[in-house]
Parts: sequence; C-alpha cells; structure tokens
Amino acid sequence: MMPLDTYEFNDVIHRCFRCGYCKFPTNWMDVNNCPPYARFRMESYSCGGRLWLTRAWLNETLEWSEHLAEILYSCTTCRNCEVKCPLSFNVDIVNMVVAARSEMIERGKVPPAVRRFLENIDLHGNPYGSARSRRDSWMQGTDIERYEGQEYLYYVGCTGSYDTRAQRSARALATLLGKAGASFGVLGNHENCDGNEVHKLGEAGLFEMLAQDNIERFKALGAKKIVTLSPHAYNAMKNLYPLYGGDFQVFHYTELLYELFKEGKLDVSNGFDARLTYHDPCFLGRWNDGYETPRRLLAAVPSLRLAEMEKSRDAALCCGGGAGNFEIDLLGGGDSSPARRRVRHAAETGATVLAVACPKCLVMLEDALKAEELEEKLAVRDIAEILTEAGGIR
Amino acid sequence: MNAIYQALADIVDAEHVSDRPEELYIYSFDLGTAEPHRPDYVVAPRTTGQVREIVRLANREKVPVVPLGGGLSLAGLAVPLKGGILIDLKRMDRILEVNEKGRYAVLECGVSQGQLTSYLAAHHPGLTHSEPGAPPAATVAGNALIHGQGDLAQPYGFNSDQVNGLEVVLPTGEVCRFGSCAIGASWFTNHPLPDVGLFFGWCGTTGLITKLSIRLYPAKRIRGVGQFVVEDEELVPEIIGRVTGTQMAEDVIAYSRAIPPFGLGLQHFTVNIAANSEKELEFKQELIWDDALGEYIRRGDGGYLGFTRGLEHPQISKTSDYKKGGGFEYVGSIMPIEKYPECYRRGREISERHDIPYTVTGRCVGVGHSMMFAWTYAFNRADPETMRQAREALHETDDLVLELGGVIWKPGTYGQQLILGRLDPGTRALMRRIKEVLDPGGIMNPGNWEGI
Ligand SMILES: Cc1cc2nc3c(=O)[nH]c(=O)nc-3n(C[C@H](O)[C@H](O)[C@H](O)COP(=O)(O)OP(=O)(O)OC[C@H]3O[C@@H](n4cnc5c(N)ncnc54)[C@H](O)[C@@H]3O)c2cc1C
Ligand code: SF4
Ligand code: SF4
Repeated sequence: MMPLDTYEFNDVIHRCFRCGYCKFPTNWMDVNNCPPYARFRMESYSCGGRLWLTRAWLNETLEWSEHLAEILYSCTTCRNCEVKCPLSFNVDIVNMVVAARSEMIERGKVPPAVRRFLENIDLHGNPYGSARSRRDSWMQGTDIERYEGQEYLYYVGCTGSYDTRAQRSARALATLLGKAGASFGVLGNHENCDGNEVHKLGEAGLFEMLAQDNIERFKALGAKKIVTLSPHAYNAMKNLYPLYGGDFQVFHYTELLYELFKEGKLDVSNGFDARLTYHDPCFLGRWNDGYETPRRLLAAVPSLRLAEMEKSRDAALCCGGGAGNFEIDLLGGGDSSPARRRVRHAAETGATVLAVACPKCLVMLEDALKAEELEEKLAVRDIAEILTEAGGIR
Repeated sequence: MNAIYQALADIVDAEHVSDRPEELYIYSFDLGTAEPHRPDYVVAPRTTGQVREIVRLANREKVPVVPLGGGLSLAGLAVPLKGGILIDLKRMDRILEVNEKGRYAVLECGVSQGQLTSYLAAHHPGLTHSEPGAPPAATVAGNALIHGQGDLAQPYGFNSDQVNGLEVVLPTGEVCRFGSCAIGASWFTNHPLPDVGLFFGWCGTTGLITKLSIRLYPAKRIRGVGQFVVEDEELVPEIIGRVTGTQMAEDVIAYSRAIPPFGLGLQHFTVNIAANSEKELEFKQELIWDDALGEYIRRGDGGYLGFTRGLEHPQISKTSDYKKGGGFEYVGSIMPIEKYPECYRRGREISERHDIPYTVTGRCVGVGHSMMFAWTYAFNRADPETMRQAREALHETDDLVLELGGVIWKPGTYGQQLILGRLDPGTRALMRRIKEVLDPGGIMNPGNWEGI
C-alpha cells in the first residue's frame, strides 16, 4: 500500500493551490508571516510548498531526506496559515503537517535534533535533557508551597522550570499569586512535561503517555483548577487533555491575574512607566483566541503606554519557537530568523519594553535582542515580571 | 562541489541557493496544468548586482535563466522548460519610493500586490494602484510584464501601460534603465525618449526587470460594487458600451458560470464605483443604473441587484477548490467586446464537452476598447484524467481565441506557437533579430517564444 493511502488527510492535501495567501499577515503588509518562509524565503519552506512536498513524499514522487524532514519540522504550528488560507480545508493545515510528522516518526525518519528532543522528554520529562531531580531548581530558596489540594495547581512547565531566564518569570508569577492571596501549589520535581510540543511534533504515542501521566497525577492530588505559565501547556491541557479524560478548569496565568485584578486583589498601583509593546504568543492568541486579556491587564497598569506592532493579534509573527523549535532550532541563525524579525518589529514601535506572556517567547526574543544588539533600547519582560514591578514587589 | 552551485553561493549566499531535490521539485511546478520541469539550481538574490552576476555566470556557463515572480501566471510561463538557474525574485521586495504629488511608486521586482496595497493603505491612503484579481502574492512586476489588468483597467487600461520606467538586467549582464530615470531624472514618466520597450509580453526572454515605476491613482473614500444581470448574452456588448460611456465606473466585469446552478445561462455584471462623497456616489449611481441601464430594467431585460460598499482587497478566488480538486487554469484573451456573446457560447460548449462546469469572465480594458475574456477550467490535482481534460479544453480554447479574432493573453507554449504560426513575417523577423541581439546565448527562459 502506498503511504498516501494510510495518511489521514490523503483526500485533502492535494487541495492546496499554492496560491500563497498563507504567507501574509491579516493586513497583507509582507509575505513574512509564515516563520520558516520568512527565515529562508524559498518556496519549499512556505506553507503551500510544505504541503506539496509532503504529498510528493507520501505518493513516492520524492524520496525522504533529512532536508525534507527539516522543512516539515520547521513549521512552528503557529497557525498563521489557517487564518489566511481562503479555502475551506484551512482548519486542517496544521493537522496535515502534524500527521505527516507522525508518518515520518513511524518510519523512524526524523532530524536528529527532533529525535533528541523527544528522547529527552521520554527519559527526563523535559526537552533539555536535564535531570528530573533538578526540575524544582527554579523555586530553590522560595517558600512556594507544594500542591496539596489548594485551589489552583500552578503548572510551571519545562521552560519555566529549567531555563534560567524563564525561571525568573516563573518565580515572578508565584510571587504575584501569593501577594494576591491566591491559594495555589506546585508539583516541583513531580511535574512532568505537558506534551504540547510532543503532540505537534507528531509523536502521538508519547503525547498520550504524558497526558495520561499528568491527568492521573492531577486527579490523584485532587486538582480541579490548573493555572499555567506557558500558553503551550495551557493549550494541551485545555484542548487535548479532555480527550483523555482530563476535565480540569485550565487557565493561562493572564486570565487568572485579570480575575484577581477585577476582584481588587492584584495591586498594580505602583505603575510601570514605559512605552511597551506586546507580542501575542501563538498558543494563547491564534490557538485560543486569547488576545484581549493580556492587553486588559497591561491597560490596567498606571503609566504604562501600550504601542501595538503593525503585526499584532491574529497577524502576529510567531517568535519561531513553536513545535519544539525553541530547542530544535531549525529557524535560528541569521537576521531573517522569526525572533530577530520580531524584535525589530518591537523596536520600530519606539517601545522600550517588549512584553510577552510565554516563557518560550521570552527566551527566544531575549536571545534575538542580543543578536540584534538592541539591548540598550529594548528589554523583553514577561507580563508577570511587569506586574510584579507594578505591584511594588522586589 | 559543483562549480555553478559554488559560484551562485558566492554571489548570493549558501542559504539562498539550492540544488537539492526538494527545492528543484517545488520550483518545477506551475499551479495549473503545465507539465513540471526541474531547474538545476534555485537562487534567491537580494540585489540588482547579484542578479547581474548570476546572469553573467549563466552566460559564461551557457545555462538557462528563468525569472520567477509570484509564479501565479497559471500558464507555465516560469516553469524551467530547459532546466538551468531559476531565479526567485521575491526577496527583492523593497518599496523604494512613493511620490504623492507625482502619483507613482518605485518598486523592486519582488514587491507583491498585497504588500503594495497594504503599504498604500497604511502610508498613502489617498493613493491606489490597479490591482489584479490574482492572489496577493503575485508581483507587481510579473503582472505588468505579462500585460496584466487590474481593478482600474476600465479607466486606465493594461497595467503594462501604467509603467513609468524600468531597470533591467539584460541577458548579457548589462544593467540599463528606461524612461525618465534613464537620464537621471525621477521615475515619473516613460515618455518621450525613443521607444525601446522590449520587455513586455516576452516572458522574461529579453531581460530581467529588477525595478519598475508604476502609476498610482486617487483612492476615493467610498468604493463599492454594483451588480446587474441580464439573460441574453447578445446584450452584453451594448451594456458594457453604455456603462463605459458614462465614464463613471472603475472596473466593469461581465461573467457567467454554471455554479451555482441558478446562475446558469445568466450574464452578471459587476461595476465598481468610487466616490469621495455620498453626493458623488449618488450621482454616479444614477448615471449608471438609471440613465445608462434603466431602459433594460424597464423592458424587463435586466435587473439591478444592488450595491455593496467596500472592495475586498486583495480579492479571494476560490475556483481552485471547486469539488475539492485543488486546481484550475484559464485561457485569457484580449478580445473586441462585441465578441462577448460568441466567446460565452463557444466557451460553454467546450466546457460541457469536457464535463467541466463552465466559468467565463470578461473584464473591460479601457473605455470599451477591448476586454480580457477568460475561460476557466477546474481540475482535480489528485486525478490526472481531469488534468488531461482541462489541458485539452485549454488548448481548444487557445485555438478558439484566434478563430474569434482575439489575441491569446499570456499564452503558454502551445498558445505561443499558435501565435507565431500566424504572425506577420516581417514582425516575426524583427522579433527574432531583437532576441538574437539581446540574448545571443539564448539563455533567457528558453522554451518560451521558441523558434521565433
Ligand atoms: C485566481 C487568479 C486570478 C487572477 N486574476 C488576474 C487578474 O485579475 N488580472 C491579471 O492581470 N492577472 C490575473 N491572474 C494572473 C496572474 O496571477 C497575475 O497576472 C500575476 O500578477 C502574475 O504575476 P507573477 O508575479 O505571479 O508572475 P510570474 O508567474 O512569476 O511571472 C510571469 C512571467 O514573467 C516572468 N517574470 C516574472 N518576473 C519577472 C521579472 N522581474 N523580470 C523578467 N521576467 C519576469 C516569468 O518568467 C514569467 O514568464 C490571476 C491568477 C490567478 C491564479
Ligand atoms: S495553504 Fe491555502 S493559502 Fe496557502 S497556498 Fe495552500 S491553498 Fe493557498
Ligand atoms: S503553522 Fe505557521 S509555520 Fe506552520 S505552515 Fe502555517 S504559518 Fe507556516
């Protein structure tokens, strides 16, 4: 049987006309809104090119190669294409990419960096290959409580737990929640990867294991409400875990903070005196329609002046970190990388602070800032960090 | 390492050159029914200097060069029929100047229609350009070079008539300029120097355009589309004559199609009207619907279907997804407007013979001076038989265009040969001499206008 016959979208994938609407943001200002295409500017890396190449591989017109696999894995699953493609199959574009990745995984044909990423998660519960016993290092020296039936389970995620820069945002959030009097606890070393990236990389089996493992643990601990630092974890827990019986109330932290603010529990009265621009994370924005809450939170802070980038909300350019690319890094290097483009967009607004609401965006964009030598002009800060300052917390 | 590959990487950079199967595969295709042909190399330059070096290299190595813009012309015009170096020009995408007073824009050749529309809307809202109904990724240069027509075609004609100047890399690697910019003046006019317009309609076989200046027009505050319908196709030419006679419309299109079924056999018109005030809009509407077309409505021959404010920019074409097939191609022609009824009837016959629901469209170019009449054939990309059917229908239609006294627009190789077969011998000889002088090595997009 030809592989195309087993491919879930074999009666859909030929429908891509390769007309290129999917390269644009909603305001049509350039063709640089599909991150891999923006990075390489070769048709093979465009959304349509990727679909045509996938089809050629599946119907055995084109042989597998590492380059082909890299083209496939360079898609960050940012969903810009789904917003822009005018044809009715647009809802399945990312699914088509993910299903093709599954086919590659089934044949054991993935780029080495992807294999390493998945192996690390399988072995260590995180993509970085760090020991499980170090997962709680982000909270060393703090008095953050372990989860023991508090109202909220604060799920930190791999990036917030291990990346030294993201750890600061993880701690800032814990501090804010504590100050606002929220009842919450964390899992520390008992936390496991949420699996969102694993799912998007096409490793359905490993994702299922992670989801089940997490769901069982959350249930065993009696957790009903989960608040996540990362929009990636938020997406997995909110949209995918219910398929495995994980019916929790899931919040991205900006949602919970906004609720606390409305209840008068979150103090931001010290203000934040800066012109600031906000980068929409794909898994909060295009995946979960979470455009307004982060902006409302920022708008609540005295002295803070919000300046929008030309590409914002559903037109935002992905930082290039999705679908594991924050670590697999098929889009890094060079001044056309999505992250470097994005910090240039931010600098163009005249803002001195680039606000993010995702630990992966935080790390990606801060690295890009250094590469662009924009550190003097611009600082990347997580909303949790900004609110800590606005709350007068040191 | 292959010497040509290495030389290309030295000119551009290794990331924007490829001879790998994946790039060669993807650049071997057009979106329509044309058979794929693989290039040997793909390169994406950023500057005129790089383009010049690539062309010089191709001359030295005697390899073909194929320029590619958006790759959306749907006739296989940028398929590398003889292999060689495919130059993807879309990285050359800077908008160099917009002159508000002189109403023109200077663009690099990779600027897309969508990008220009968006840029004007954001930075020069009082200006617009004649935007084709092509997907927004089509380049302004590629469209002008194939004599495209946009949504201001009725008052201002072909997009190739709206070019104020060019920068061209000749097939032998020299860079030259045409229009006022050639004497160091600004890019405001293409006239009145001696005419050396050798690049339009040639499919990149005489040179590679790296920059161009195009005319911009006032963008009125209110823009919208009025719709009109008649049953009798014989009425279409006189209706177009009446509407264009008012000189109140921006775009006049007549079309008919089999899907949805209730439209079968009816001739629809869309008439774009623009105004700066409600008063102006009302006045224009009155002139068009009451004075020019009122008689048809009163006689019961035609119906006014209403006016919708706002233009969809860029427009969206969903024809490719007919029956979830993923593809279509059309034959375009430049036709006298009086031929509309015959174009419609004969086109419908061809479609029905090939079991493809018919779609025909005529866009008025100039004040009734001609129309671009197109016959569209959808196919299923996963079903080679439907692609074969569509290809046959397209070829039959190419023949039909000439039989009806039209000229095939942006012909593929089949249509090009039909045209060459009829071309005045003196003209053909001149074209051959021009081609030989400009491209002695025959490296530019070979296979197109072959055997001139
Ligand atoms: C749905 C749909 C609707 C369309 N509607 C319209 C319409 O309303 N009006 C219209 O005019 N067209 C229309 N088209 C046709 C076509 O898409 C456009 O004319 C388009 O603008 C062509 O530009 P491109 O950049 O895609 O050209 P390409 O296809 O890339 O190139 C066209 C030709 O020019 C050559 N070329 C490209 N760039 C250069 C250069 N810089 N120097 C030298 N040679 C070059 C190529 O080799 C090729 O031979 C439509 C197409 C589609 C698919
Ligand atoms: S995904 Fe949609 S918009 Fe993109 S090329 Fe394919 S059909 Fe066009
Ligand atoms: S999801 Fe994002 S990266 Fe992937 S093809 Fe679509 S636009 Fe490109």
